[in-house]
Order: sequence, then structure tokens, then C-alpha cells
Amino acid sequence: MSQNNSEYHAMDLLRFTTAGSVDDGKSTLIGRLLYDSKSIFEDQYEAIKETSERRGEEGVNLALLTDGLKAEREQGITIDVAYRYFSTPNRKFIIADTPGHIQYTRNMVTGASTANLALILIDARHGVVEQTRRHSFIASLLQIPHIVICVNKMDLVDYSEEVFDKIKKQVSQFSSKLDVNDIHFIPISALNGDNVVNKSERMDWYEGTTLLYYLENVHIGSDHNFIDCRFPVQHVIRPYNDEYHDYRGYAGRVAGGIFKKGDKVMTLPSGFTSKIAKIDTYDGELDAAFPPQSVTILLEDDLDTSRGDMIVRENNVPEISQDLDIMVCWFNEQPLKPKGKYKLQHTTKDVRCVIKEILYKVDINTLHRDQENLTIRMNDIARISIRTTKPLFFDSYRKNRITGSLILIDEQTNETVGAGMII
Amino acid sequence: MRYSISHLKELEAESIFILREVAAQFEKPVLMFSGGKDSILMTYLAKKAFYPAKIPFPFMHIDTGHNFPETMKFRDNLMEELGVKLIVGSVQEYIDNGELKEETGFNASRNGLQTHVLLATLEKHKFDAAMGGARRDEEKARAKERFFSHRDEFGEWNPKNQRPELWNLFNGHKNMGEHFRVFPISNWTELDVWQYIALEKIPIPNLYLSHKRPCFMRDGIVLAESDVINKRPEEKVEEMTVRFRTIGDMTCTGASLSDADTIEKIIEEVAATRITERGGRSDDKRSETSMEDRKKGGYF
Repeated sequence: MSQNNSEYHAMDLLRFTTAGSVDDGKSTLIGRLLYDSKSIFEDQYEAIKETSERRGEEGVNLALLTDGLKAEREQGITIDVAYRYFSTPNRKFIIADTPGHIQYTRNMVTGASTANLALILIDARHGVVEQTRRHSFIASLLQIPHIVICVNKMDLVDYSEEVFDKIKKQVSQFSSKLDVNDIHFIPISALNGDNVVNKSERMDWYEGTTLLYYLENVHIGSDHNFIDCRFPVQHVIRPYNDEYHDYRGYAGRVAGGIFKKGDKVMTLPSGFTSKIAKIDTYDGELDAAFPPQSVTILLEDDLDTSRGDMIVRENNVPEISQDLDIMVCWFNEQPLKPKGKYKLQHTTKDVRCVIKEILYKVDINTLHRDQENLTIRMNDIARISIRTTKPLFFDSYRKNRITGSLILIDEQTNETVGAGMII
Repeated sequence: MRYSISHLKELEAESIFILREVAAQFEKPVLMFSGGKDSILMTYLAKKAFYPAKIPFPFMHIDTGHNFPETMKFRDNLMEELGVKLIVGSVQEYIDNGELKEETGFNASRNGLQTHVLLATLEKHKFDAAMGGARRDEEKARAKERFFSHRDEFGEWNPKNQRPELWNLFNGHKNMGEHFRVFPISNWTELDVWQYIALEKIPIPNLYLSHKRPCFMRDGIVLAESDVINKRPEEKVEEMTVRFRTIGDMTCTGASLSDADTIEKIIEEVAATRITERGGRSDDKRSETSMEDRKKGGYF
């Protein structure tokens, strides 16, 4: 973990999500990554060592590092996503650690929504199980750019190449039906540390890299959309002082494309055009702004643009409509209300919507489309049609994960009840 | 040209996005300022987020009356420089008017009393969002905290009733009487904070840098000598070379023996150190779940 000044200036950030149940050794794997990359502190290590000894366990149970809250331990459940951090000299990692049981589809969806990479565990003894299909489907639905399948517990199958190859083949068979671009396989033993941080000496037949090496080197530079310029206006900056008397800046985070000073742009919904006069930041003017930068854009003309509007390129506009088809993952104990009304958040825009039609529900184990039973309960994934009170400016989720995503909010309780991906 | 940014710039962009979201979504937000490096970082990010305009919300400090004098001086200078309004919730005032009772004994601390003053001050000013500098890497109860953390009308945190957070969509909708705690630097680690402070040359109180100070040992923790701690007869004060990794109340903030007298040396020390940052905080040591319990009661 030791590093000098010049190194950390060049580090980048990888967010990944882990899927798998306790039995797959997920907690042990995360514990192993943290421990072997020296990201665990002595007092944390001493605390879990003590607990392991008290429970009469052999060795130090690394899974305890990701042990949760008292409320969870008392009830034997895991409450959604926990975030963990570690870094190596070239990269910082944020792990969205989600429980993998069937009732927690919503948690995996949450963790997956911001991830560049999904790490899916398979128990080498059991091969592909229902849960593997479910996790892979969610990873593809959420368009996570990179998937790593860790075939774990290789120590329990004598580090067998045949077992590994068979599982690889099984996964490839069903993943061909999914929308997945980059899938990578690594045989590991989280318990013994084989191929996690250190290369295994017990699997000579495996010529690939260790998991950590892969995580450190996977190319994430193209994970954003750098083609289609999208700038949702988040906040208008007007200093109201003498020095910046006429300053009117549109603050926001670039959602897609590369904006440059002098570019001819259009603001939505007005449709008026202007040019970028300046891309401003506290650290000075920028020549170009791209995802995921937070900047302030100043236009040559005063177009009365405000929060919820979007700045785009004149010759490349998003879809503009009040009618959308989305895949929705349901998050709430109250089922989705057919014909019901909900609040909706999309980029920086707040509107309301009505559920027009429920088209089908996806059986996430078989990928079968169910058009008969259309009650959408917690953890269900369905395709629905909605109509919004005002037009949204959007892209398909496949094209842009930021302008293609939305959340549904209950009008009474204000809880987030659904996560939507625009088709 | 390569269109990519460093991890620190990405964390900065995320925090700025959150700060702007708060300004846009809430009517009366407030930034909680403790004088520690995390709230200094948050202040600095807020300055960036709204530049060249002024930070569009007031600051609030819950003053236990047991702060290091250096912290108070730093706070006052910074507020003056930024030209923002500072609201102080004083624990001493609540003790003086009899609303709160001071703990007694050798380990007496006003840490527990802060929560009451915090909730009362938030309520008095009708703030609907209070931003704090808590980070998820600090403690396991914080690992599951949201950016936008919903609080009921009693200011309490219910870990089972938190809203899922997806993509960069933050749901700040609320009913009357409810409010939010917002944590713009959730994804920063201690090391990130120091690297960024070095990179951006952000001024911090000298307490963080190694210096000589009269201290004494208690339960393996080095505490600074001061009027507000009752010493046991066997506790001997001697001059030590120390620095503070966190800055809180003088009664419960442990110092670490350290020669790190520059930010770069601190980064090296933090990178090599093997004890968590809050390992020196006796308030966390009261029980295994003390942070979780305090959070449920409304603590930050």
C-alpha cells in the first residue's frame, strides 16, 4: 500500500459489485482481497481473530470482516449493500457487496447500477446453479461492462482443469443468450488464496492472471459514452455580485460525450441553439468536459435554461417523449399498481408518471417471459409502458446508463419503489 | 488526448454532484462543521461546487465546549474567509440551563450530549438536510450508510428503512417533519482525503501535524493534557511528540506518537499504518456496536 506522491496522482477508480451467497465463499473472497492486499488494519484483524477463536473456528475467519450490523446479526439477515474500499498502487477499488439470496434481487440491482465490473462466484463443486443464471442476467440487464466469473473452492475439486473447463462451457452456453460483451474466468480458492492476489502453484494448467491482477488492469477507459453529448442541468450558478455581474453558469455532471468550448449546442426542451462560451471550474477554464466530470457550462446567449433541462449537440439529440417502455425492477413490499401514478426521477428532472401497461414479467431463473401473472412484487423484473406528465430527454439504457435510467417513487411514502431501464 | 480522470478527481466530481443536488433539492440545507479534516474537505468541495458564487447554505457547529483551542481558531478564520453564516449549538448552554446533565467520573465525556443539541438545533432552525463529513471506510455501521440518509421526525436512523440508491439518482422527497443527513464524501477513504489535501494544498489545523505537547496515557490511548479531563493520580503528564488522526472532543480524541510533520509524511504514515483511524477514539470503544447505537439515536 505504500506509494509515493507521483503514483497516486495517476491512479484511477474501479467500482465493482460482488454476487454470490455466503456458501459460495463471497465474504471469504472479499476478506482475502482485503487481507492479501494489506488493506485490513491490525485492530480489525485482531477483532475477527478473537471472534473466530471465541466461536471455536479453525484459523481466522476472513468472512467476519464483512459481517454487518447488530440488527442484521440478531435477525440473521443482510440489509442490502455494504461498501468496502481498498487500493493498490495503480487503482482504487470500491466494492458494492450485496447478499446473493433470491429475495435480494433488488440489492444486486442497486450495487450493479454504479459498477464497472461484476464479480460472480461459482462453487466449483456445484457448477452453474440457478443463482449463477440470475446474477448473470442482472449483470447483463444493468449493462455492467465487465464480468468476471470466479470458480471458487478449486481446492475441493483437486484443482481440476476439467471441472473448470466444464463450468466455463456451461456459463458460455447460457451467457450467449444474454447481452454481455466481456466475460472472463478465473479458477480460485478464496480460502487458501490461490489466484486471488498470489498466483496458485497448484494450478499449473491455468495460464491466466490472478483476480487482483485482472481487477488492476482491466480497461475501464471506455466504460462511459464519449459519443453522444448529454449535459443535464443540475443547478444554475448566479453569483449576484459586482465581479460576476452577468455570470449565469449551468452546473452539472457530464452524462455523455465530449463538450468543447465553441461547440454549437442546443438546450432542451426549448430547442434554442447557442455556443459554449466557457467550461468553468474552480480550478480554471477547461477546453473540454467529459463523463464523469462535474463542471459549469456558460453559453453565449441567455436561454433561460434551468434545472431539469439538458444541453446537447444540435445534430445529436436524445429521444424526447412522454411515452416510454422500460424494464423495471420492483423494490417495495407494496406491489406495482397497474394504472397507478408515481413520482419519477430521471437525470435532474422530476416528473410524475402513470403505469399504462404491464407487458410481461421475466422469470429471472429461466429468462421466460410471463404474460399471465402480471402482479409485480418486490424483486420482480418486468417490462412496462409508462406515460410521463412532461417529456423526458433520454437514450436507451444500452446506449447510456445515465440518461437511460430512472427511479419510481411512491407518492405517499416517498420511498424509492422501482428502478427503471429505458428500452 | 486521453479522456480519463484520476481517482481523486472522480471522487471530487461525485462529491460536487452531491453538494449541488442538495442545494437544488432542499429548501434549508446546512453543512455540519466539526473542525476536523473531513469537514474541512467538505467545505473546500462546496467552495468548488458553487464557484464563483458563494456557498449557498449556512454552517453549523455543535460545540461541546471541550474542543481544542486550535480547532476553534481555525473554524472562525475559515468562516470569515468564506463569508458564510455559522450557527453554533452549544452543549454548555444546555448544561447551564439544566436541559442536559454532565457525565461524571474519569471517563466523563460530552460526546453523548452532542446528539441532543444537534437534533434540537436542527429543529430550531428547521433545517431539512444536514450534510456531514462521515465516510464509509471509517466504521462498519457507516459502510451501509447512504449518500442521502433518511431520518424520521425524531431524527432517528432506521437501517432497515433506508431508500435504495441507484445510479446517480438521489431521492430527497420527504414528508413534513422528516429530514435528511447527506454524506457527500461517503466514498473517500482516509488515504484519499490526505492525498487530496496534499494535491490541492488545503490548509488544515496544525493539530494534524506532529508537534510536542503535554500528554498522558490512559487505557493504551495517548490523551492531551487539558483542564477538561479528570486525571487519576497515577496518570503522569509528560511531553510527547504527537499528532492527531481525528479531531474531536479533547476528552475522547487520542493522539498518536508520530514524527509526521508534513502532509506527505502523513500520507506515508497512513499508507503504512496498521490501525484504523477511529482506533484512538474512546467513544467508539464503549461497546462493539456503539457507533451503530449512536447513529440510530441521531448521531452523525
